[in-house]
Amino acid sequence: MASYSTNEFKAGLKIIIDGDPYNIIENEFVKPGKGQAFNRVKIRNLRTGKVLDRNMKSGETVEAADVVEMDVQYLYSDGQFWHFMNPENYEQLAADATAMGDAPQWLKGEEACKVMLWDGRPLAVTAPVFAVLKVTETDPGLRGDTATGGTKAAKLETGASVRVPLFINEGELIKVDTRNATYVARAKE
Amino acid sequence: MRCEEEHWRPTASPANFRLRAELLKKARAFFDARGVLEVETPALSHAGATDRHLASFCVKQPHTGNLYLQTSPEFHMKRLLAAGAGDIYQLCKVFRAGEAGRQHNPEFTLLEWYRLGFDHRRLMQEVAELVCRLLPDVDAEPDYLSYRQAFERYAGFNPLNGNPANCRAALQQHGITPPPVDLDYDAWLDFTAGTLVYPALGQGRITFVYDYPASQAALARIRADDPPVAERFEAFLNGMEFANGFHELADATEQQQRFEHDLELRAAQGLPPVLMDGALLAALQSGLPVCAGVALGFDRLVMLAAKASSIEDVIAFPFARA
Repeated sequence: MASYSTNEFKAGLKIIIDGDPYNIIENEFVKPGKGQAFNRVKIRNLRTGKVLDRNMKSGETVEAADVVEMDVQYLYSDGQFWHFMNPENYEQLAADATAMGDAPQWLKGEEACKVMLWDGRPLAVTAPVFAVLKVTETDPGLRGDTATGGTKAAKLETGASVRVPLFINEGELIKVDTRNATYVARAKE
Repeated sequence: MRCEEEHWRPTASPANFRLRAELLKKARAFFDARGVLEVETPALSHAGATDRHLASFCVKQPHTGNLYLQTSPEFHMKRLLAAGAGDIYQLCKVFRAGEAGRQHNPEFTLLEWYRLGFDHRRLMQEVAELVCRLLPDVDAEPDYLSYRQAFERYAGFNPLNGNPANCRAALQQHGITPPPVDLDYDAWLDFTAGTLVYPALGQGRITFVYDYPASQAALARIRADDPPVAERFEAFLNGMEFANGFHELADATEQQQRFEHDLELRAAQGLPPVLMDGALLAALQSGLPVCAGVALGFDRLVMLAAKASSIEDVIAFPFARA
C-alpha cells in the first residue's frame, strides 16, 4: 500500500485518515528551534465534504488514497443509481445518491461530467459548470421589464429550482451556473 | 504546464538578492569591528548530530564509510575554540533533512558565533545589537522573558512543573486542535510553544526567551536552580524564532552522557543511529574556554528585512527547484 510521509505533504495530496479519503487543503510545518516538529494540516473529507484540522508529528506516514478524476458521459438513472460511461473504453459505472450529491438536478442525458473515483468506486460526481434547461414553472413574465433587476422563482425541466429575472417565461431555455445554482442568461437550443 | 516551464527561475526577486548581499556585508562589518574572526569549517563530517529532532543528510562515499552534511558548524567551531582560536564567527550552509515549510528550507544559511567570557545574558545583548544594525525598524530595547514567564503569559501555566493536561487545556481554550498522538511532555511543550506561545512574541521588538527546561538543554549548561534550568535562549521577531544560543556546556563527561542519552532516545524511536563526535569530546577534554555561542538563521533575518512571508522569497532556489 502506498504511503506518504508528512515531508511529502502539499495541497492537493489525497490521503486516508480514519478510513476515509481526504484531500489536503493546507499544510504548515511547525518546528520550535530545537524540538519536536509537527505538520498542521487542513483536510477535506472527500466523501462528506467536511473540513477539519489535524496535527501530526513530522516524519509520520499516512496511507495514500487512490483517488482519480475521470471524464464520463451521463447515460441514465434507474431511480437508485446514476449510470455513466467512460467515452474512452465504453466501460460503464454507477454512482449512488450520496456520490451524486446535487448533481442530478442538472442532468438530462449525455452531459460530460467529472467523477472522482476512490479505489475504482465513484466518490463524487460533478455536473458540467453550465447547464441549458427549459423553464417548466414560473409566474407570468413582465413584458419589457429587463431593467428593474427583480427575480422570481422558477422550476426547470430537471426539477431544479433557481431564481430568474422577471422577464423569463415558461417554456424558455436558460443557462444556469451549476456551481451555485444561479441564472446566467437566456439560451438558444 | 506553466509551473513546469517556470521551474528553472529563481523564486527570490532581484531586490531580495541585493538585500541579502547587503545584510551579509553588514554582518561581516559588525564582527570585524568587534575583532571577531571569520572562520570556515567542513560541511561534510564523519560524525552526525545525535539530537533526535535533527535528521542529517547522509552522503555515500565510494569504498569507505558514509559522511554527514552538517546540521550546524557547532562541533567544528568548538574544536577551534578549544585550540585557542578566540572569538570566532562563521556564515555557512547547513542541512536538515525533512525541514521544509514557510520558514524552513532543508538547506539554509546559518550565522554562528562564539564569544569568550560571555554568558547567555551578555550574548543576548549582542544578538540585539547585531539585529538592530541590520534591521533599523526594530526597537533597540528587547523584551526578556524566561521560558516560564512566556508560558505563563501566553498559555496560562507554569511549564516547569506542568503536565500534558495543562497543554491540552490551554490549546483547547484557544481553539487549537491538539496533536492526536501520544507525546512525551517535552513534545507537548514544543507543540504548545510552536502554536500558542511563540507566535505571540517579538512584536516590533526582539523577544528573548531564556532559561529553558533542563530536559531541553541541548548543548547548554544546566544551572542548579529549583527546578534546574538550561542556560539557553531563543530570539523571536514577528512570532518567528530566528536564533538559538547557549552558555556552552564545557564538561566532556556530561557532554558524552548527553550524546549517549540522545542515542538511546533515537534507538527507542527507531531512528537511524549516528556516530557521536569523538573529536568534540576530545576537544572538551583538553579544555573549552568559558564561552557563549549562538546560531542565527540568516535567511529568516533576510525575510524580516524584506517583510517576506515565505523563505522562498529570499532564497534563489528553494529545495524543490534545487
